[in-house]
Amino acid sequence: MINVAAPTMRFNQVRKGMKARVVKMKSNSDMLKRLQEMGLTEGTVFTVNKVAPFGDPVEITVRGYRLCLRKNETDGLEIEVAE
Amino acid sequence: MPLVAIVGNPNAGKTTLFNTLTGSHQKVANFPGVTVEKVSSFLKLGGRTVECLDVPGLYSLEPISTDEEVAVDVLRGRGYGARKPDLLVCVVNAANLERNLFFVSQVAEAGFPLVVALTMTDILSNQGQVCDANKLSNMLGVDVVPVIGHKGRGLAELLEAIDRNLENPKIPSAEFGFPLSLETKVAGLRERLARVGLDYTKAEIRRALLTPGSDLENALRDMPELKEAFDTAVKDLAEEGMQSSVEVASRYQWAAMVTKAVMSDKGKAQSRTTSDKLDYVLTHRFFGLVIFLAVMYLTFQAIYTFARPLMDGMTAAFSWLGNAVGSHLEGVPILKSLVVDGLINGVGTMLTFLPQILILFLFISVLEGTGYLARAAFLMDRLLGWCGLSGRAFIPLLSSFACAIPGIMAARVMPDAKSRLATIMVAPLMSCSARLPVYLLLIGAFVEPKYGPGWAGFTLFAMHLLGLLVAIPIVFVLNKGIIKGKRLPFLLELPPYQMPKWRDVWLAMYFRGKVFVNTAGTIIVVMSVIIWALSFFPRSNEAAQQYRNQYVATHTGAKPADADKYVQEQQLAHSYLGTFGRTIEPVFLPAGFDWRITTSILSAFPARETVVPSLGIIFSLGEGQEKDSTDLRRALNTATWPDGKPLLTPWTAIGLMVFFALCAQCMATLATVKRETNSWKWAVFMFVYMTTLAYLAAVGVHQVSKFFGG
Repeated sequence: MINVAAPTMRFNQVRKGMKARVVKMKSNSDMLKRLQEMGLTEGTVFTVNKVAPFGDPVEITVRGYRLCLRKNETDGLEIEVAE
Repeated sequence: MPLVAIVGNPNAGKTTLFNTLTGSHQKVANFPGVTVEKVSSFLKLGGRTVECLDVPGLYSLEPISTDEEVAVDVLRGRGYGARKPDLLVCVVNAANLERNLFFVSQVAEAGFPLVVALTMTDILSNQGQVCDANKLSNMLGVDVVPVIGHKGRGLAELLEAIDRNLENPKIPSAEFGFPLSLETKVAGLRERLARVGLDYTKAEIRRALLTPGSDLENALRDMPELKEAFDTAVKDLAEEGMQSSVEVASRYQWAAMVTKAVMSDKGKAQSRTTSDKLDYVLTHRFFGLVIFLAVMYLTFQAIYTFARPLMDGMTAAFSWLGNAVGSHLEGVPILKSLVVDGLINGVGTMLTFLPQILILFLFISVLEGTGYLARAAFLMDRLLGWCGLSGRAFIPLLSSFACAIPGIMAARVMPDAKSRLATIMVAPLMSCSARLPVYLLLIGAFVEPKYGPGWAGFTLFAMHLLGLLVAIPIVFVLNKGIIKGKRLPFLLELPPYQMPKWRDVWLAMYFRGKVFVNTAGTIIVVMSVIIWALSFFPRSNEAAQQYRNQYVATHTGAKPADADKYVQEQQLAHSYLGTFGRTIEPVFLPAGFDWRITTSILSAFPARETVVPSLGIIFSLGEGQEKDSTDLRRALNTATWPDGKPLLTPWTAIGLMVFFALCAQCMATLATVKRETNSWKWAVFMFVYMTTLAYLAAVGVHQVSKFFGG
């Protein structure tokens, strides 16, 4: 279910403590394919636990496990803030 | 003999399980032509022996890199002697069930009999949950055996399940909730392909229908009827609006459903686990970094504190051995020298490296086993990623400051082949502990007396920093042009903190130590004998007497010991090595080195520290000079060119240190690079680029200092 009130944003705009939902994968790149296979499918909710000391990577919890990824490698991953 | 392949996600406890099942009877090699490790062994089951292969951890059976391709090829019956496995054991992490089940759904469709080993149930318990293995087994339609790998629980049941399933193989037949219209088309095509003898799995057909340009689609080019059926199916699916993402989405929907069904809370569920609490501090923006630096510093201190006494002990032991054996060979001086100065010295040099290397691997394995290594990679990724490496390169590069060999071996854990290779190629630039005697000698002789301990300390620090600074542009160049291929995205899982599994730690130390002795060790011993021979021959008693007479004639009241040292110096100067050094002296003149320095550099090929005793001999101080020898320092200070000008100025000495900092002299390192990259190409390239860099830098330092009258 897409929350029509919340604007979609790019993944690299996440902040610590944010709870967000995957809206759309805008391309078929290897990275996005792999992110989906790691559990970030459309509609999946994840929480942003923390950001590394120098700004990247970020650590999220998705489907019960913790995953770190670089904000600058998430081109095409659109998310929205979830409640 | 049946082949059992063990598959699973990374961090699922696959290696721990494999280690428990097979212990030290593992054969570790590379898959042909690539740098992916192939770990195999034999298992004794109830009535038979099976061959067991540990397939590298995979997140998906759809590879996005060559490394993953190699691992998946095992299931396709390629890459492991063209044998397909007879049974798959899928290791499933109960504490991360949903994502692991995604992988299980792919594995279950691969067309092999399957047994699931359910691990980490103890961690799950700590998190206040429990997984119903029987229910999971019913839903999957395969045997699910809970195991606690390192404690050996459930192993008997697992072996029994493997035996049973080899006896009566069943291909799993679970359904994963794909849309009906898709599945009907898949089933229909599968049947038609089977009728013409083409055997494709449902997963392959499904993927081909959803994603254009597949191998299957190309294979149908010459079969117009089948191609037409295929194209119609694709068109229908497109009209229904079926996206390619439906496959992964369906699998995860199924995985979430099964997880919900088999998991239940037991006791109080923790809102914040111990891991979370630990990570609050350990990956904290500030404290995380501080603690991280402290851990790294402690690691290094421990290496020097524990390894040093062991290494000194071994050096003394081999010295004693050399003397003891030598005294029995007095009658045959050539054989004596070969055995004592060549073989015993060579083996001794090689073995004195071993404590340092084992301790390094102890620390690396313990840090990895606790899960802290992943946190280190997380903290360091921005710094290293900016240069073109990744956070995972940190430990390999840091280890290289002690010795590049374990650093290069530790680079294996990096999943991205491109940054792994780049890391390996710059690891030797990190100033290793074998360069330290050279630095200490030259700084002690040229910097400290003239400029004081402050500058001496700074120079030492600068030498270490130099390698690091040079590595950065080298990595850029390597990534931009020289290393082919695309970099993998950086994806890092943070497993919960655990106590390290000591069996895994000992086995890692054992196998890596073995690799060191076999690869690096052999080269060190061989090179030691070669360099010994080149610096010993040609030798004759007549010549020795001649040198002695020369010395006595020009030095009245000379002591016999001094005459001996002179004889040794002349013998080295006229040996093949010395003659070669004098012949190529013009090459190193622009760097301010004379033939004596050049010859000593050449003698350092087996191990860099050898340059110190070599300098001792060549400057007529006899054998056994050490880095803090005042005699040697004085000799270097007062050495001159034939025209009387001082041989080494402080800046030339720095040039020499720079040469050592950047040169690829360590044959053992090059041998390790060859083994880890599975080809000579990169070892040769490393030798060429580093030696050229070292030469140009040394020349640069000397010429610039001459220009400024230094």
